[in-house]
Amino acid sequence: MRYAETGYNLEVDLSRGNIERVETDPRLTELHIGGLGTNAKILWDRVPPEVEPFSPDNLLIFGAGLLCGTPAVGANRTIVSTFSPQTLLMAYSMMGGFFAPELKHAGYDKVIIRGRSPDLVYLWINNDRVEIRDAGHLRGKGSLETAEIIRQELNEPNAQVAAIGLAGENRVYYASIEHGRSSASRGGIGAVMGDKRLKAIAVRGTKDVNIARPARFIELCNEVLKYIQFRQENPVKGVPPILAVLGSPQEMAIHDEEWHTNNFAWGNARYRRKDFWTREVEEKWKEVQSKAVERLISCYNCPLKCGGIISHPQLKRYMMKCYSKLTYTMAAMSDLEFGFKIAGLAQEYGVDGYSTPQVMAFALELYEAGILTDRDLAGMPSDTEGRFFWLLERIVRREGIGDVLANGTYWAARQIGRGAEAYAHNTIKKHEQLPLKLGMLNPIYFLMYSTGEKINITQIEGQFPQAPFATRELREEFVKDWFQVPDERFKQYVLDWEPRGERSIPYYPTIEATCEIVDWQEKMHYIDDATGICAGVSSFHLKPPYHIHNLPDIISAAAGIDLDREGLSLAARRNRTLIRAINVRRGLRRKDERPPENHWKKRFPELEARLLDEYYKFKGFNKEGIPTRESLLELGLDYVGEDLLRRGILTDGKSDPAGEAPAEAGKK
Amino acid sequence: MGVLKKKKVKVIKIDLEKCNGCRACEVICSSFHAVPKYGSNNPARSRIRLIRDPLKDIFLPVYAGEYTAAQCMGRDKYIIQGKEYGECDFCRASCPSRDAFKEPDSGLPLKCDMCEDDPPQEEPLCVQWCLNKALIYEEREEEVEEEVRPDEVEAGLKSLVDKYGLGKVVDTVVRLSSKG
Ligand code: SF4
Ligand code: SF4
Repeated sequence: MRYAETGYNLEVDLSRGNIERVETDPRLTELHIGGLGTNAKILWDRVPPEVEPFSPDNLLIFGAGLLCGTPAVGANRTIVSTFSPQTLLMAYSMMGGFFAPELKHAGYDKVIIRGRSPDLVYLWINNDRVEIRDAGHLRGKGSLETAEIIRQELNEPNAQVAAIGLAGENRVYYASIEHGRSSASRGGIGAVMGDKRLKAIAVRGTKDVNIARPARFIELCNEVLKYIQFRQENPVKGVPPILAVLGSPQEMAIHDEEWHTNNFAWGNARYRRKDFWTREVEEKWKEVQSKAVERLISCYNCPLKCGGIISHPQLKRYMMKCYSKLTYTMAAMSDLEFGFKIAGLAQEYGVDGYSTPQVMAFALELYEAGILTDRDLAGMPSDTEGRFFWLLERIVRREGIGDVLANGTYWAARQIGRGAEAYAHNTIKKHEQLPLKLGMLNPIYFLMYSTGEKINITQIEGQFPQAPFATRELREEFVKDWFQVPDERFKQYVLDWEPRGERSIPYYPTIEATCEIVDWQEKMHYIDDATGICAGVSSFHLKPPYHIHNLPDIISAAAGIDLDREGLSLAARRNRTLIRAINVRRGLRRKDERPPENHWKKRFPELEARLLDEYYKFKGFNKEGIPTRESLLELGLDYVGEDLLRRGILTDGKSDPAGEAPAEAGKK
Repeated sequence: MGVLKKKKVKVIKIDLEKCNGCRACEVICSSFHAVPKYGSNNPARSRIRLIRDPLKDIFLPVYAGEYTAAQCMGRDKYIIQGKEYGECDFCRASCPSRDAFKEPDSGLPLKCDMCEDDPPQEEPLCVQWCLNKALIYEEREEEVEEEVRPDEVEAGLKSLVDKYGLGKVVDTVVRLSSKG
């Protein structure tokens, strides 16, 4: 019997209309745990680097995390992996909600989609019965609307649906896959789904998921629950409100937005408004939010309430989560009311809440600068909010200028030319970043921004304070009950880290400590991405209920595989390195690994170079950021080393960097 | 006529306003009642069901009550503060009209037992796992007449007899027991 996992993947070839249930190799679970790890293994094995994102040979994988469908609290992530039309690298976005557990109960760990359907279709998975169904009637329908129609026509209110909207159908490079209040939205994976002409996947499952050592497992789950309760009753002191308590930021519950509005940049990631947050604004926003948020809601098996049901007199009800209430608000230099209004529509169209507002603010800047003219934007209203709505409609339909903007700021700038590149200033690896523009370089964040394979800071940060605590007392109090650290020395780093003076950024934490801190933060995310545990109860947070001391036990009790701290750390490193290798094979090199030039005002090129050197070494990469043969061997990834050698990416057994690889290969 | 006896009445108060739709109650109920205990998990076997329709703001946990052989002659529809609930939403019966409160494989009826356990649990499992306190457990004493209730096997068999007829059930039992 298989435990925690079902032991089967569903292979769907949309070109031929073929569906197969395929048993998986249990050894892969031991090596890669599951979720993102096994997704990456499949992409490495089956999608060669020549395959373009919009090719029938590209795969789109919906992988349930290993612990999804077990009682492990907050284990509900579906990890969607493919190759991104925007970055041309591996994209893996995760969605919460209810999809992954339902898929496990239907008897599958993953759905692997290949090919391209001749017509728009959707997939209906009902335990052993799986059908590809016509979706002609769903063309152009919103993502939530689609889910409703499907549930009704199947007469299955309990079916879980993941769908694309118009943006995905039209292959907008930052189209999302939407699932209720959750979405897998980074990297344009909705565009790949649209390219495959797959409108939605609906799933219903009523089978058991088995646990290897039940008594031990439930005991651990109960401990996690208890600690969650404790953590919510004892917020961390000295940090912004959304970092003080658990949850994928409690944006729907918390109305105090001083931290975001004063610290994040407005417009096209340009302006800090350090005195924006006044009593007056606070009162107004509080009122708007309490009117709009009808109920706080959760994902599967999670007590935190990160989502909200939004009702607004001019809108259909929808569900929102996290920071999206502010991304449109701040990009348009508008207010919360506008944010709630446009986000609902954007969700129905299925676009990413980070990239979309930035693309629109970018377009408006180009207009102000005279690079885009009235001819390009004929018919656009005169007020900013109206313009945002207008642009959204053009983008999701790829109409006129929308066809260019639909490719994201990086590609759009190159298509537009005339100096537009300078306005696409906030990308890493061609992907729009959080609008943060800060003063002094932070070495930890420098490394995370540069090297994070997810290309999104929230998917690598966590565990360690974002900034030094103001006072010694706060530091001492913070480390007192910080048992999550992998080693006592991390406490010292916090104790010694000061806002000013000798032991402050950019030279403290030291390079060595910085490498360890970044590695720890990243590792915890890789574990979550394999188990399917939400980062909001785990890796994203300070003092989370899941940590390196209980996770090995939780995973082994559930799945029946032998795992200790070292074993789990090794598996996480294996997954991380494999994804690096996948991207390296697609051209990723050191030159791509840098934050936006203006991310910090004060930069330190020499220090930055040394940070990268040392971190690469720490990770077992060579100076170009390519995993060395030794480190690949150590991880049991010999076959990866051989492949890189054959392709001339690695030149010998040593850490010799290969020559420039075509980073833009595969781009038409 | 039965005898008057003191009886502990177990009550779970359900506060719909507090429910966040997480289905933790379903998860832990099905896990607790699995054989072996906690050995598997499957909300489709849970004795509590969350009727969840977020776009209508409907979040309604319902507990499995008695098995019934026939569906109702008519249906009720509740509208509460403008929210229209489904025709069978508030009903606790394991009934032929729907899949809820039946084992997904055998179709045998499920019933909430308020989590009988040895040693006894302080609170039913669903209550323990509902950190949002949408489910609140209370006990009180009442004097009641003792009645003889069918045990679980009997209720299960009765439902099979209703579904397949006595002859078929007897045949199957004989065939199974001869296989050893
Ligand atoms: S555990 Fe509580 S909050 Fe979650 S669905 Fe059940 S009743 Fe609602
Ligand atoms: S009281 Fe126990 S048996 Fe009844 S629904 Fe809750 S967990 Fe299930």
